[in-house]
Amino acid sequence: MQIIPVLLGVSFVVFFMVRAIPGDPAQILLGQQATQEQVAQVRENMGLDKPVIVQYGLFLFDAVRGDLGDSVVTGRPVTTELLERLPATLELTAFAMLVAVLVGVPVGVISAVKQYSLLDKATSVLALTGISMPIFWLAMILIVVFFVNLGWLPFPGRLGTETTITAFTGLVLVDSLLTLNFAGFWDGLLHLIMPAIALGTIPMAVVTRMTRSSMLEVMNEDYVRTARAKGVAPWRVIFKHALRNAMLPTVTVIGLQVGLLMGGAVITETIFSWPGVGQFAYDSINRRDYAGIQGVVLYGAALFVLVNLLVDVLYAIFDPRVRY
Amino acid sequence: MQERFVSKGKSARIAKGVILAGIQQTRTISRRHFLRLSAAGFTGAALLGVAGCGGGGETISGGGQGGGGAGGGNTFVFGRGADSVSLDPINTTDGESLRVTRQIFDGLLDFAPESTDLVPSLAIEIPKPENGGRAYTFKLREGVKFHDGAPFDAEAVKFNFDRWRDSKNPYHKGGGGQSESFAYYVGQFGGFDGDSIITDVEVVDEYTVRFTLKQPQGPFLKNIAMSPFAIGSPKAIKANVEDFWQEPVGSGPFKFVAWNRGSTVELEANEDWWGSDLPASQGGGGPKVDKVVIRAIPDNTSRVAALTGGELSAADGLTPEDVPSVRDSGLKVEFRPPLTIGYLAMNTQKKPFDDVNVRRAIYQAIDMDKIVEAFFGDTGQVATTYMPPTVPFWNESVERYPFDPEAAKQLLKDAGQENLETDLWYMPIPRPYMPDGKGIAQAMQADLEKVGVTAKLVTYEWGTYLERTGQGDHDMALLGWTGDNGDPDNFLNVLLGSASATETDALNIAYYKNPQVDKLLQKGQTTIDQSERERVYLRAQELLVEDAPWVPIAYAKPPLGFQKNVQGYQASPTGGEAFNTVELTGGGA
Repeated sequence: MQIIPVLLGVSFVVFFMVRAIPGDPAQILLGQQATQEQVAQVRENMGLDKPVIVQYGLFLFDAVRGDLGDSVVTGRPVTTELLERLPATLELTAFAMLVAVLVGVPVGVISAVKQYSLLDKATSVLALTGISMPIFWLAMILIVVFFVNLGWLPFPGRLGTETTITAFTGLVLVDSLLTLNFAGFWDGLLHLIMPAIALGTIPMAVVTRMTRSSMLEVMNEDYVRTARAKGVAPWRVIFKHALRNAMLPTVTVIGLQVGLLMGGAVITETIFSWPGVGQFAYDSINRRDYAGIQGVVLYGAALFVLVNLLVDVLYAIFDPRVRY
Repeated sequence: MQERFVSKGKSARIAKGVILAGIQQTRTISRRHFLRLSAAGFTGAALLGVAGCGGGGETISGGGQGGGGAGGGNTFVFGRGADSVSLDPINTTDGESLRVTRQIFDGLLDFAPESTDLVPSLAIEIPKPENGGRAYTFKLREGVKFHDGAPFDAEAVKFNFDRWRDSKNPYHKGGGGQSESFAYYVGQFGGFDGDSIITDVEVVDEYTVRFTLKQPQGPFLKNIAMSPFAIGSPKAIKANVEDFWQEPVGSGPFKFVAWNRGSTVELEANEDWWGSDLPASQGGGGPKVDKVVIRAIPDNTSRVAALTGGELSAADGLTPEDVPSVRDSGLKVEFRPPLTIGYLAMNTQKKPFDDVNVRRAIYQAIDMDKIVEAFFGDTGQVATTYMPPTVPFWNESVERYPFDPEAAKQLLKDAGQENLETDLWYMPIPRPYMPDGKGIAQAMQADLEKVGVTAKLVTYEWGTYLERTGQGDHDMALLGWTGDNGDPDNFLNVLLGSASATETDALNIAYYKNPQVDKLLQKGQTTIDQSERERVYLRAQELLVEDAPWVPIAYAKPPLGFQKNVQGYQASPTGGEAFNTVELTGGGA
């Protein structure tokens, strides 16, 4: 139940920080041509003329009833905006994490097992590069190479111009399969590749490093030596005895990364025109949409706490000693 | 009009509308959303507690069904920088919303392609002012149908104007982001009810409608031609006024198909469009493509990449640096005729800028040819007067003060300002009229240095910048303007009339106040006599050039990029092109 104090704290911080950003939302809303009376009137209607603490109270009162206010930009409830954009972000996150885990874990294992080999050194360098890589740069390089020059992968957005999918879940891959629209599935899959690689690179590097160091530690444990001594096949030692134990810290890291990505990958979503939560965050900040910013941050915080909770539950599965 | 996210106009109801729009929607969890969440297996199902109401499309799509990509098939894909806000033309003011409504709706009058001249549209002729400009009678086109089959007639025109004008009208609302605001109506026609310049709209017969005005209004017909005053289907509005903003029904060349938030708007050709047989000079012909997809790609570089990669047929919002590279990729670049002006305003209420000689000195110290060449390239031309040449009554006989650092030094010496220290403000972000505020400010700073003026560069975040220049905190500041309707009133009066030099939120940030100019501008606003308007606006420009409250910089010509196979795109100064003339020839991209 730590979620309540966390959210309360986050809401407090974000509420006051948003208001500390220079730039009057009423002025931005009305633009260059607004008159003084118009701005004053809009401020009043937005409730911005009230003392900040009163504004915060009103916000909390509505928020506990599930009302995060209306986005100034689109005029629709922030919760509606978030829910509509969630599937796009979810799908992208899932794929990015798939890339990160499918590449990161095996590579981490191999470089731990073959410590100090050329492969290990190359992996370390690549992982460091991955962590330090500016995402927008990587994204642009991917686009220029695979879309503009080679023409192998589609861009931008979630689907090509000629594709339409009937929506049930909002997840392109799921909906296309449900409606047996295999062309749509394929198109959606191709559209996912570049953003998933761009978004998955940092988590991939983090997972690789974590798996490697954790594997190295476990490989020196007594039970691994025992297993080897009693003649268990090497691959069995690595995957059954070592990896399972080494996964614990990796799962934590994966969980944290999922939480981060689900909160909306602002840069990746903006560059790929991916209509997800991150793009909404970008628009909200650009337009000083107080309700929008608050909504995105609160949602991100709630998500982070929940994902952490889930990780704790997963611990129990990986580690039989953990009981709740 | 691209200038602001929301509006001009004196509407004070915008935010209230925003809030009301939310309240009017129910706050229950819809079944669809519940299913979405469950099916997604979303771990944060606890968030259901904050789940909003239903809404959203039934499909996910990158564009229209059938057809082909940008290169093949017959779908025109237009890339732009932001999504629309509302598709009810009267209930929005941002350029990206009006870009879409322009395709779906027609107005009584329209601007001719590639200019701001008036042409008839749903009216068959441009009416003559009656009773000294206090009445106009529009003859309407017969046999026009809205997309829902409802007939277009005088009743439909009256219905729309009554909806906008009368705040007690049951349909004086619209849902969406700017519910109830009707901001452009307030801006162009003075307000609702008693404040409205239009006092009555009368159905004379089935195809004749008569407008009565409280007082003559110079730009009345130009206002009528603006996209926000397009006529919507009364049947659709009556059936569901709350959703009209996301299910728009007009009589235009394209029908609305779907709106995928944050991504695309899809339209399909209206095969029965009344304008198909009209000459192209009046904006007629077509539609020549089966489908239109208008796609939002906020990141500039991504948009250009999508164009060069062949995913877009056309892209808006190219920067001056993009122009050569887009051309090098074998694509076409076209420019919109300029309806913008960028300028350096000097605060005439502050010393030493109250002295016209100091202002002249600043003017002559800056090498504008070089600056425009460097920062605008092909996308701009050096400004000579205080409004762009596409606007009627542009004074072609006035000239810039020549670039002359020696003369500038002398003027400063005479004014006793030999070592003037001042500040020069620039906007932090690119604007349609000013691609690189910082670079331009630095170039000006260097030029001023040479005549002994030390200018400190100052900038603020954009919202703050407008706020602070709007209350006159600056000495000199860069700013600019994009015209709405191509009328001189929309430039000179708005930007240089003393009524706009308010204490806060001033639009006249030179705080220029000249009673003689005010009188001329007032005359221009209220008279309908074209030769009289010509006289006053030409004279006003002469006076302005003499007084030099600004150093005019450039008229920006916004560039558009196209695939080679795109023909017939008529780049318009207002930036709101109709796509009915667009054709995709064979060959693909």
